[in-house]
Amino acid sequence: MSEPAGQFSRLRLGTVVALFGLAALVLAGRAFQLQVLQQDRLKREGDARAVRVVPLAAHRGRILDRHGQPLAISTPVDSVWANPAELMGARHRWPELARALGLKPAALARRVTARRGREFVYLRRQVTPAVARRVRALGLPGVGLLREYRRYYPAGEVAAHVLGFTDVDDRGQEGLELALEEILRARPGRKRVVRDRKGHVIKDVELIQAPRPGRDVILAMDRRLQYLAYRELKRAVLRHRARGGSAVILDARTGEVLAMANQPGFNPNDRSQIRPGRYRNRAVTDVFEPGSAIKPFTVAAALERRVVSPRTVIDTAPGLLRVGRNTVRDVRNYGAIDVATIIRKSSNVGAARIALATPPEAFWRVLDRAGFGQVTAVGFPGEAAGRLAHYRHWRGFERAALAFGYGTSVTALQLAQAYTVFANGGRLVPASLLRLESPPATRQVVSRRTAQRVLAMLEGVVSREGTAAKAAVPGYRVAGKTGTVKKAGAGGYAEDAYLAVFVGIAPVSDPRLVMVVTVDDPRGEAYYGGEVAAPVFRRVMQGALRLLEVPPDGVLPRSRLLARVEGGA
Amino acid sequence: MNMRVLTAVLALAVLISAVAVVHTRHRHRSLFVTLQALEQERDALDVRWGQLQLEESTWGSHNRIERVARKRLGLVAPRPEDMVVIRDE
Repeated sequence: MSEPAGQFSRLRLGTVVALFGLAALVLAGRAFQLQVLQQDRLKREGDARAVRVVPLAAHRGRILDRHGQPLAISTPVDSVWANPAELMGARHRWPELARALGLKPAALARRVTARRGREFVYLRRQVTPAVARRVRALGLPGVGLLREYRRYYPAGEVAAHVLGFTDVDDRGQEGLELALEEILRARPGRKRVVRDRKGHVIKDVELIQAPRPGRDVILAMDRRLQYLAYRELKRAVLRHRARGGSAVILDARTGEVLAMANQPGFNPNDRSQIRPGRYRNRAVTDVFEPGSAIKPFTVAAALERRVVSPRTVIDTAPGLLRVGRNTVRDVRNYGAIDVATIIRKSSNVGAARIALATPPEAFWRVLDRAGFGQVTAVGFPGEAAGRLAHYRHWRGFERAALAFGYGTSVTALQLAQAYTVFANGGRLVPASLLRLESPPATRQVVSRRTAQRVLAMLEGVVSREGTAAKAAVPGYRVAGKTGTVKKAGAGGYAEDAYLAVFVGIAPVSDPRLVMVVTVDDPRGEAYYGGEVAAPVFRRVMQGALRLLEVPPDGVLPRSRLLARVEGGA
Repeated sequence: MNMRVLTAVLALAVLISAVAVVHTRHRHRSLFVTLQALEQERDALDVRWGQLQLEESTWGSHNRIERVARKRLGLVAPRPEDMVVIRDE
């Protein structure tokens, strides 16, 4: 019995072994095929399903004021996107999604179906955290959130013109956002990850590019002074029903722009209402004829060449002067007055006579070195250079007209910068919108003696007998010059459109601030620079000098308080 | 004899290495989960920080401070008559 059994079992064993062997061979062969022959293709296919490159958001640099207060910040927000191919499968839930997003169902449907062939469509960009949470809670297939950054401007309209704004992709469009784009811009990174079927990241494969956030920029601006300047400018523009205006405050020693405000304004946080033209930084992009505000330079050039001295008497009677076929006029007949009085009363005839006695080359050199007709170094987009013709091209009347500020044009910033000459012992300090770490290189325009003499004359302007009595700041000695300029339009000068200007320096004993105020086309009763622009200067300076803790150098009105110091040993 | 010892040692090494791989994998997974949680936390804090910065500057806006100071607290800026300058020369 054992014999057949043994034979049978050997046959059986052989068969089983052969079958198993064959199976093992098949498996090994298949394994070889998959692991070796098709490895590349399979790995590629697998990766295509699981490995993704995802962006790593990086935030744009902040813009800070000189004390580190934020003026522009990028905060993270979510944008809702969808993969239309996947979302098409969940049509019945679209109304829910539309509700969560605050979109009309029809609009959502149009948006998705129009791009059904694509893999990516934004449903709504930069939503609030609450909307993002609701969308995430829906858990729809093919709907995702993408981290983006939105720019906020905490100072709102107050600093809007200087800062400018960015577009929805956080790229600078206007103002400093555009000028400083290279520094502020963030470079988003990318990384390769493995995701599971539900889209969760389960493994970082590699960092392709590290995200690099933008660098912060510190401006020269002082938020407190900026607010003051903006508030007072706005008030004056409203009160005098003016078309617009600008105010610029420079640090007289460093040329740093402590404030630069414009009207009309706009809210940079809500760009739906921005109208082109509203966001122009007029203080830098718009030129005007400086009018009487140029007279200190006329006098400085004459003093420099010893054509006149502050006490030289010039006859301005009868209040008009014929130059070629044109006539220079004064408001009234001032008679024979000295140079200081010409500045104080702002006599056009006197200024013209002085300029005609000065060699054209000397006059031109002072204006040219004071920066007239040249863009400043601030590097603001769209900055205007103004105009100053070369003295070789001057004709008779042009020379006389230049003496009281017609035939040349400047921006408010240029004018403020030019006045640093008188605030700084004859040296021009270049304007800077960025905070400086070290004092800038200055340039001698006129001698220290000339600058001090002109400054003394300018102090006379802000006196009861001067044109700018309303610029006086209690407790401080203030110098300045008014200007009331007829506006040039198409076809010559307008009869009843003026630009009121005031340029001031304070305090006179050790100048710290230079401020320019322009009010464009005041349509109220008053239109003189001394009536419209000078009060803005006074109100702003009163606050600014206190904020900067500048000790009063003038006479305070008799105080009602009496401080008594009990005598020590 | 030598051969056998070597084989045993190698087998042991393979075993240890295999266990080590499993262990490392496990650590990788758990650390990755932690990393992701921390990244999410960082993001959330980043969002919060941005919101707080905005909130701070909204509360601290000069506009509001001035309104509160003048209207609610009834403060006024000192007039020149109220000031006395003490010079130390």
